[in-house]
Amino acid sequence: MGDELSTAIAVIAATLRAGTPLVFAAIGELVAERAGVLNLGIEGMMLVGAVVGFMVAASTGLTPLGFVAAALAGMGAAAIYGALALNLMTNQVATGLALAIFGAGLAAFLGQSWVGIPLPGMALPFPETLRSIPVAGPILFGHDWLVYLSLLTVAGVAFFLHRTRGGLILRAVGENQESAHALGYPVLRIRWLATLFGGAMAGIGGGYLSLIYTPQWAENMTAGRGWIALALVVFATWRPWRVLLGAYVFGGVTILGLQIQAAGIAINSNLVAMTPYLATIIVLVLISRDATRIRLHTPASLARPFHPEA
Amino acid sequence: MPPLLELVGITKRYPGIVANQDVSLAVQPGEIQALLGENGAGKSTLMKIVYGLARPDEGEIRWQGELVVENSPVLARKRGIGMVFQHFTLFETLTVAENIALGLEPGNAGSDLEGRIRELSRHYGLAVAPQAPVWSLSVGERQRVEIVRCLLQSPRLLIMDEPTSVLTPQEADGLFATLRRLAAEGCAVLYISHKLEEIQALCHAATVLRAGKVVARCDPTRETARSLAALMIGKAPPEIEHRPAESDGPVVLSVADLSLPSVDPHGTALKRVSFSLRAGEILGVAGVAGNGQRELLRALSGEDARAPAGAITLAGQPAGNLDPKRRRALGLAFVPEERLGRGAAPKLSLTLNALLTGKRQSLTRAGLIRQGAVERRATEIVRRFDVRTPGIQAEAGSLSGGNLQKFIVGRELYDGPKLLIAAHPTWGVDVGAATLIREEMLALRDRGGSVLLFSEELDELFLLSDRIAVMFHGMLSPPAPVRQLTPESVGLLMGGAGFEGGVGLAQAH
Ligand SMILES: Nc1ncnc2c1ncn2[C@@H]1O[C@H](COP(=O)(O)OP(=O)(O)OP(=O)(O)O)[C@@H](O)[C@H]1O
Ligand SMILES: [Mg+2]
Repeated sequence: MGDELSTAIAVIAATLRAGTPLVFAAIGELVAERAGVLNLGIEGMMLVGAVVGFMVAASTGLTPLGFVAAALAGMGAAAIYGALALNLMTNQVATGLALAIFGAGLAAFLGQSWVGIPLPGMALPFPETLRSIPVAGPILFGHDWLVYLSLLTVAGVAFFLHRTRGGLILRAVGENQESAHALGYPVLRIRWLATLFGGAMAGIGGGYLSLIYTPQWAENMTAGRGWIALALVVFATWRPWRVLLGAYVFGGVTILGLQIQAAGIAINSNLVAMTPYLATIIVLVLISRDATRIRLHTPASLARPFHPEA
Repeated sequence: MPPLLELVGITKRYPGIVANQDVSLAVQPGEIQALLGENGAGKSTLMKIVYGLARPDEGEIRWQGELVVENSPVLARKRGIGMVFQHFTLFETLTVAENIALGLEPGNAGSDLEGRIRELSRHYGLAVAPQAPVWSLSVGERQRVEIVRCLLQSPRLLIMDEPTSVLTPQEADGLFATLRRLAAEGCAVLYISHKLEEIQALCHAATVLRAGKVVARCDPTRETARSLAALMIGKAPPEIEHRPAESDGPVVLSVADLSLPSVDPHGTALKRVSFSLRAGEILGVAGVAGNGQRELLRALSGEDARAPAGAITLAGQPAGNLDPKRRRALGLAFVPEERLGRGAAPKLSLTLNALLTGKRQSLTRAGLIRQGAVERRATEIVRRFDVRTPGIQAEAGSLSGGNLQKFIVGRELYDGPKLLIAAHPTWGVDVGAATLIREEMLALRDRGGSVLLFSEELDELFLLSDRIAVMFHGMLSPPAPVRQLTPESVGLLMGGAGFEGGVGLAQAH
């Protein structure tokens, strides 16, 4: 009995950890898309964040500094995208795809000599006394800093988008760029800020993989999470809390698969690897079927280039 | 004292067309000045230049005597310029209150915006529901929102680009009272409208544009509607004579006891709507916007196909649950409320827009577009309905509002449909072209076609309709022959008199 309980608690903890990189990457993309920017390059931004964060953390021994570096690196990658897609008005889809490929290559190049190096851990936020409270302790207080930060970010984004004037303006820009411009809002500047935020979040998501989750640098270690983050945003119909739910479904099914394999049950491992992607999308499609709601939350100016005098 | 705004020698060119050529005008504080001109004369373009949305190729703008070096909507708004756009600049997925908040300065939006919106909209005589999402509103309601948002900014120069095109006369009167008060307080107004009676009643001066050039300046109070029309289009348009007919042809469209909850919680449910329309008859539907016209239009066009099959009979077939394509196959042609997005695809050329609803048999073969046939059709529509455009390859969105409207109506009338359902067919169309469209609708009727005409303009309804029905809170009054009606009696119906629980509902509103 006690054994099963502690397994369950371990599964919950592992689920949150597996979901956290997705939460970051997807919430960043959600903000960008709500402003009308479709940045398909999340995978690239995550990898750049992962490798730069790892390099900084490994050479300074300071994991928090690694996260700052990861965020900045993600922003840097997003800035390349912004300059092309926002200022030069290149096609957003093509530019994002290019960024995904470019970021992966750049990260592999930078990380060549960092493969297999160990990292110092990062202290947990809550003291042992809290964490050892039976059941509630590990579930509420047992996680690392970034898990809590991701939850705060989702709450913050949800609050910002729906309760503040800034969020209203951002949504307005994503909904109808010409009207926003006509009302005197700086469409390009708002899109730039949203794009940079998306980059920073993707960078942190990538950093979480290399600094805490694994913690190691390996080439292409994001394993498609950037793409699933992208799908999460769409299937969660651009709503922050659904993104969180989707990320945890993904994390949970991933962990369950590992548990099943660990228990020695014979299932094709490719099937196991595939299931989280499928399960996440099925769950999100089922909860977001209402056509009216989808229409209400889809940013109508998504991926449309903006020129002030069109 | 220098004028508040002065334009000197403004020229603006678009590919294939000079929208403004050497235009000069001046507006004094407290003055209400009209800008007149036929569709495509360059009125909206000139106003967009003042507001910083378009850059002139030549010429100067002076604000309070000082040269404006840089211009953009941000800067224009800082100067105190507010604009009501011909094509509304609203955000569909946001609520009315959010839309209005976006139009205000941050500090100004403040607390209890909803209360203020309610109070002011009542004060202006333009009812808006703060919590309704804009996508659920009819164009008339949207126009109210657009106007209320602009008035709340307390501007020093108000640019109004056809602000009353889909308002009822009562609403327009409320707006005029507000504009006169603002002018008395020193606000200048630049006013564009194709309703010449409005210009005469409201404006102190008028500048007339033709093909981008200033051709006349006049004092509208000293002109008649006909002489103003003559200044605009070179000659006075022929009068349409009112010739109601009584039809005993077969029933083309009948609606029986149609009740339908609205898709949107803020919309209006249809309540037991019944009427029938015969061949060779024009049935007018009057009513204040937001009383279920939009919902009825959607149910009739097939955009909303939730009705029971038998509730709507089209050409003898149960059609309540058919999609728009099948209904069109039964002989329905449809001019929707919104011309951009529903009536036309703004980014497609006129040619492709002509293809969208044309009877496809002749325009496609084995799924392939017959380019020549489509182009001939587009050219023919442009010619017959006098659409002013550089060519049929122009994007629909680049046409002036009235010209696009002419094109859409022309496309729907082209095949001589059995049944035309038209919402505001002459929205934003100049007097000459409005006459043309109205004559075409009468001609369709005389050939045995039927027209269901939704309009906020009572004049138009009385001019064209054989019978008129009124919508109120989702209900439809029994259609009555136009001979038995007066504008006053229809006005009373629009206010709810004669409907079940009507007057009480109207007051609760
Ligand atoms: N963005 C654009 N691109 C190309 N041509 C344009 C554009 N905007 C306007 N035009 C052209 O400029 C001319 C003037 O258009 P404008 O919208 O100013 O007319 P208008 O006087 O407002 O007419 P209406 O009464 O129909 O609204 C039209 O011929 C139109 O086709
Ligand atoms: Mg115009």
